Amino acid sequence: MSALVEIRQLSKVYTRGKQKLEVLHHVDLDIPSGDFIALMGPSGSGKSTLLNLIGGLDSPTDGTITISGQRIDQLSENALARWRAATVGFVFQFYNLLPMLTARRNVELPLLLTRLSAEQRRRNAEVALQLVGLGDRATHKPGELSGGQQQRVAIARAIVSDPQLLVCDEPTGDLDRQSAEEVLGLLQQLNRDHGKTIIMVTHDPKAAGYASHTVHLDKGTLVDQPAAVPA
Amino acid sequence: MKFLPLIFGALFRRKTRTIFTLLSIVAAFLLFGLLDSVRGAFASAGNSVAGVDRLMTISKISLTVQMPKSLLERISAVPGVKDVAYANWFGGIYQDPKNFFPNLAVSSNFFDLRPEWQLSAAELKAFHDTRTGAVVGAELAKRYGWKLGDKIPLEATIFPMKSGGNTWTFDLVGIFHQPDPKLRGEEGQMFFNWDYFDEARTLGNGYVGWYVERINDRNAAGTIAQAIDRIAENSDHETKTQTEAAFQANFVSQFGDIGLIVSAIIAAVFFTLILLTGNTMAQAVRERIPELAVLKTIGFSSRSVLLLVLAEAVLLIALGAAAGLALSTAIVASLKASGAQLPLLPVGGEIWLEGLGLSILIGLLVGALPARRGMRLRIVDALAGR
Repeated sequence: MSALVEIRQLSKVYTRGKQKLEVLHHVDLDIPSGDFIALMGPSGSGKSTLLNLIGGLDSPTDGTITISGQRIDQLSENALARWRAATVGFVFQFYNLLPMLTARRNVELPLLLTRLSAEQRRRNAEVALQLVGLGDRATHKPGELSGGQQQRVAIARAIVSDPQLLVCDEPTGDLDRQSAEEVLGLLQQLNRDHGKTIIMVTHDPKAAGYASHTVHLDKGTLVDQPAAVPA
Repeated sequence: MKFLPLIFGALFRRKTRTIFTLLSIVAAFLLFGLLDSVRGAFASAGNSVAGVDRLMTISKISLTVQMPKSLLERISAVPGVKDVAYANWFGGIYQDPKNFFPNLAVSSNFFDLRPEWQLSAAELKAFHDTRTGAVVGAELAKRYGWKLGDKIPLEATIFPMKSGGNTWTFDLVGIFHQPDPKLRGEEGQMFFNWDYFDEARTLGNGYVGWYVERINDRNAAGTIAQAIDRIAENSDHETKTQTEAAFQANFVSQFGDIGLIVSAIIAAVFFTLILLTGNTMAQAVRERIPELAVLKTIGFSSRSVLLLVLAEAVLLIALGAAAGLALSTAIVASLKASGAQLPLLPVGGEIWLEGLGLSILIGLLVGALPARRGMRLRIVDALAGR
């Protein structure tokens, strides 16, 4: 497998007043296309920061991030927004659905940025909802769904525009065990059956067990990692 | 269009707050529609194109001071004057003091100087031939259900009859129409023969309230007016002659600068509205910062977020404005239909355009700061609740 994500000498320093806090320190990481990686580590180890950088939500202080051959650390804010819309799907711990929209409208959101017709958007959203097992809940608002169902709607939103990469930040952190297993099973299915590359931050070793690899971070440095894919 | 569900969803995320905000916007624009209608009515006073060749002569002291009718011949002789008519305010009451409408005694040629009013030749002849004949506007006739041949009793408030008693009874012989909708208010008047009035009244005989002159050349109005006023110069009944438009504008100005007063009220209302809706929008966006961050996460650009928030603000104000203007349109229409004697112009396209334009401006104004905040938010901080 070729590397979908190539990270070289990645550093991130936050400045709080006069204090500088180095959250990531010269990280090198390759993630092959189609892989399912669990990022683990103690609080403050830099997991979410690394995830945000890979997802193009933040910019590094130093180093390079190349995804599908494109240096995203060099993109402008607008170009990065377009890149996110086309390349990455996001799943958050607290689902982050828009409460005033139905499940279908929530799933449709990324498609509003495409040239698809209203009918095509509706159809694609319904397909994505069916894929996560919620075809019959399309008209429900998030408040009318359980936590597990909301997270599955969020996953449908993440995959509706068919991105290569899914970035999941503690996707089961707010779920009971059964719902968590359903969500993790769904992510595993998306990885296995649909070839999605998934990077998942988790504290839960059981959740990490669903991934094909686990990468540990501690104090901004990778503790162990899968072997880099030769260029 | 595809973003509309998103904008509407955001707008009605907190239904109660949005409805109360909308109600305040509706109230503001209702007031705007009504006040602009009043301002328009006052502004249009004397704007009739048909009246540009008419002068009015009143007492230099006051409109309420009468002038001798003997001036008629001398005014008629002034070069440039084609016709002269005259009139007296009567001030009679029909059935109840609340039923106020202007009623005037006028010379027999009064309608010749008002060619813009539509009165049939037969009805005009009947007016000339009937001593107690009266002509009313169509709107007034409709208000009281009068038809030709009816007897209309008016209770005098100024001029008792020589024969004793205060009730003057007139025969309705004509109904005139004002074709210009903006001047439809002129149809709320009643006219009767000055000769009958002068013979039957107990006081002020031989005196008229004002003269109306039709002139040959509107460009010579100033010179002709001066010539008319020279007739009674240094007498005890000096006159003041001006164009009808100037007279009406002066008359209206007695109430104060209506335009300025109305503009000041509207400005105060909108200033309050801006503070109120500005606060609402700021609060609404502050609450939704994580949601806006989600939009940016999934690929909405900063500019898209800015436009979404601005569109939300504009939509909120425009919805309220449309409802308020529709209400004011309906209220003015029903007031006019009920025959209420209020200075109101129909709330038409001009007021609607002005109102909707204002709503867009206010929307942009109140949406600007929250939209800027949404545009500039950092995704990572916003998602983390920082």
